[in-house]
Amino acid sequence: MNARGLMRALPTMLRVSFAESVAYRAEMFVWVLSTTMPLVNMVLWMAVAKSAPVGHFGQADFVGYFLATFAVRQLTSAWAAWLINWEVKQGTLAMRLLRPISPLWGYASDNVAGFPMRVVVALPVVLLSIALVGAHKAVPQHAWQWGLFLVAVLGGWAITFLANVAIGALSLFLDSSQKMMEVWMVLFFVCSGYMYPVEFLPDGLRTVIDWLPFRYQMGLPVELMTNAHDLPTALGLVARQWAWVLGMGALAVGLWKQGVKCFAAFGG
Amino acid sequence: MISVHGLRKHYKVHKRPPGLKAALRSLFHRTYTSVKAVDGISFDIRPGERVGFLGPNGAGKTTTLKVLSGLLHPSEGEVRVDGHVPRLREEAFLKKIMLVMGQKQQLLWDLPPAETFELNRAIYDVPTLQYKQTLDELVGLLEIGDLIGKPTRQLSLGERMKCELAAALIHRPRVLFLDEPTIGLDVSMQATMRTFIKDYNEKYGATLILTSHYMDDVAALCPRVIVIDKGLLSYDGSLEALVQRVRPEKRVVLRLSEVVDASRLESLGKLVTHEAGTAVLQVKQDAVNATISRALSGLPVTDLTVENAPLEEVMSELFAENKARRLQTAESVPA
Ligand SMILES: Nc1ncnc2c1ncn2[C@@H]1O[C@H](COP(=O)(O)OP(=O)(O)OP(=O)(O)O)[C@@H](O)[C@H]1O
Ligand SMILES: [Mg+2]
Repeated sequence: MNARGLMRALPTMLRVSFAESVAYRAEMFVWVLSTTMPLVNMVLWMAVAKSAPVGHFGQADFVGYFLATFAVRQLTSAWAAWLINWEVKQGTLAMRLLRPISPLWGYASDNVAGFPMRVVVALPVVLLSIALVGAHKAVPQHAWQWGLFLVAVLGGWAITFLANVAIGALSLFLDSSQKMMEVWMVLFFVCSGYMYPVEFLPDGLRTVIDWLPFRYQMGLPVELMTNAHDLPTALGLVARQWAWVLGMGALAVGLWKQGVKCFAAFGG
Repeated sequence: MISVHGLRKHYKVHKRPPGLKAALRSLFHRTYTSVKAVDGISFDIRPGERVGFLGPNGAGKTTTLKVLSGLLHPSEGEVRVDGHVPRLREEAFLKKIMLVMGQKQQLLWDLPPAETFELNRAIYDVPTLQYKQTLDELVGLLEIGDLIGKPTRQLSLGERMKCELAAALIHRPRVLFLDEPTIGLDVSMQATMRTFIKDYNEKYGATLILTSHYMDDVAALCPRVIVIDKGLLSYDGSLEALVQRVRPEKRVVLRLSEVVDASRLESLGKLVTHEAGTAVLQVKQDAVNATISRALSGLPVTDLTVENAPLEEVMSELFAENKARRLQTAESVPA
């Protein structure tokens, strides 16, 4: 589909996806409950920091960090891998492939349309954080910080979504990509800053993690939300993040195209 | 409009042996078997034709339709649909065709069908005026005005199938592949669907291939049938000629006012059924007249009709013939 046609189709696609996400709101809240891990981590780390701060993280810093983690997870999550896997198994991918638009736009629209509902979940948590630890530890302070934070949330979502597409596309080659997704999630938990701030890791490991995509999915937006970086550092990190967006985009689209070909050649 | 030349589609199936050890080994060394779903078929279909695509379960019908709609790549052979190579899935091609599968749905489950219609309008870039017209027409003909505002999950199977068909036609496809569109529907709903499909074909001159295990669908809709069996073409021609070839005999149905001895009926022809005042005789075509006059003069006949053998029987006889022939060739090949 050409860009003009796409631009005309997208608003309707988003509107319908949004209507779907509203119809699914029960499932959505179950999902929200399953993402309460940051709150558990928060309590654990507060206990650790009770007598003395960990690094420069005191109890209040942990509250700000993990409530931000919760909010960012809401805003950047994607479930396209699961959806693709399921549609391949059910054979409903065929219905998408019959349409004159890449299924990837459909998946993206489904994921983006959940956004308003997620903001509704995230917002009270952010307000709570401000009330508990003060705005300076909970939300960006300057316009540039807000700007970079929003860019980083978008980037974090994009990497997450595209990685989902790449992993989902593997189910077009293999019997299932569910195992791959599990491996990815473990790496995400360990490397992204979801369980603990990445600055707690030893230097050597941090260098490795700076080259991996995971921190840019989660840690970076959280750090920007809690004002951890000055402008030059923040800009450098956001640039790296968007390099990952491009790289992951190329990988996802490449794997998807190859996957659809392989699928059609072997038998769907 | 559609041309298929020497089409083969062999599925490659990854054989996974049972047991953990074997499963681990198969990670590195995969063994494949190939399933010959379609094994060399050719046919041509003119614009506006309605063709019934018949064959027993597993014959390769769905596979062929998937190849024609670009979902599967042919293993061998040439396929063209209105000048396009389906495998390339060009936008212009996708906008011309639609595949409706009775077993799969495109309607969004939790939303009313109207939302799927709207989505298709946007994706197929249908001009607003044409969309309104098409929708009005579909809603009127299929009588779905009350349904399209209810969530799909609340619709009955038949209601959903009607909406499914409407969703498939929003972009007015020129070529329509229907894979068992009436499966699971009651008799009157089947009839509604048939009438509608025929109207669509006549009104827009759309080309249509239909598969169905309900012979009434085929008899009502398809002047021409293509029969495939085990991936091979076994008949291509008019439905009438097929019946003539497989079962040239006619059936004379007699309604009788008194009980008649079976032996008296058997003297007139082959007795197919005989029960409570109705007897069905199978007779050669050229003997129909003689049989009728003998029956009228010698039996207490109150009513009499002459029919073809039911299509179901014709088909199962054809499939049995094919099977016998396959067995024969298999035996004649030295091991
Ligand atoms: N994805 C697949 N992988 C492997 N084999 C397949 C696949 N799909 C179909 N087959 C096999 O190919 C053959 C033809 O299947 P197909 O679905 O085309 O038959 P059909 O004529 O549509 O049958 P039915 O009337 O039961 O729908 C069957 O033997 C089937 O088992
Ligand atoms: Mg089939």
